[in-house]
Amino acid sequence: MLDVEAQEPPKGKWSTPPFDPRFPSQNQIRNCYQNFLDYHRCLKTRTRRGKSTQPCEYYFRVYHSLCPISWVESWNEQIKNGIFAGKI
Amino acid sequence: MAHAAQVGLQDATSPIMEELITFHDHALMIIFLICFLVLYALFLTLTTKLTNTNISDAQEMETVWTILPAIILVLIALPSLRILYMTDEVNDPSLTIKSIGHQWYWTYEYTDYGGLIFNSYMLPPLFLEPGDLRLLDVDNRVVLPIETPIRMMITSQDVLHSWAVPTLGLKTDAIPGRLNQTTFTATRPGVYYGQCSEICGANHSFMPIVLELIPLKIFEMGPVFTL
Repeated sequence: MLDVEAQEPPKGKWSTPPFDPRFPSQNQIRNCYQNFLDYHRCLKTRTRRGKSTQPCEYYFRVYHSLCPISWVESWNEQIKNGIFAGKI
Repeated sequence: MAHAAQVGLQDATSPIMEELITFHDHALMIIFLICFLVLYALFLTLTTKLTNTNISDAQEMETVWTILPAIILVLIALPSLRILYMTDEVNDPSLTIKSIGHQWYWTYEYTDYGGLIFNSYMLPPLFLEPGDLRLLDVDNRVVLPIETPIRMMITSQDVLHSWAVPTLGLKTDAIPGRLNQTTFTATRPGVYYGQCSEICGANHSFMPIVLELIPLKIFEMGPVFTL
């Protein structure tokens, strides 16, 4: 959550996710889902390599801004129960 | 909001809506001219004393009344496409708000800077204060800053809904499993109303949308975050 200091955006530098040319169309569901996946993949890879996960927080802020929280909660629940359909 | 028996469009609160109103006036004028021309021709046909049953071959007239409508259609299409592409421009939003449709209320999420999530129900008639608008006012309005590009992400939790605010020229379907994006910039402060625009069950007419647009400086002070 954004109450964790590490996940707070740098002061004055974050307002909202910028335009992403990979997802130019009206349906932004892929944008939201892709950033969610990228966040978890980034966490997994960097933790495996023993590096700081601070750079992954960009993906966190993007999906947190774009995705409905109920979707995020349900995906997190699925990850916790090992039934998440996406490849992380 | 619309006043009783209003026929025309509401005043614009965004640059796109201003363009749409101008286009509407342009297209309506063309329609009036064509209708008047046709009615006049019909009137002349019905009241003439001339009779000639041997008319044939009017090549020049046929050419004119083929080319002229084509030109008129082009004159309508060009501004229309201009506005269509204008609505699709890549702009740089400063704020993202999510709007989730339910049966029969809206949930708004402000998650750029924190986790403000709230429901917006229509005020039941018994709960209206004097001066409140029946079927339009809600308990929690969507407070937003003016003169700021805002990105709205619209979806639904159950059935189809549609998030519409006519004065901003916005209407975007809320479709379950889809996250529709629309952007707008409001030019003046005020309270603006809209209603759910896709049939969604018994209380489809009773889930309005109310935007409260305030100056950016006041928005930044954070009144939105004090519940």
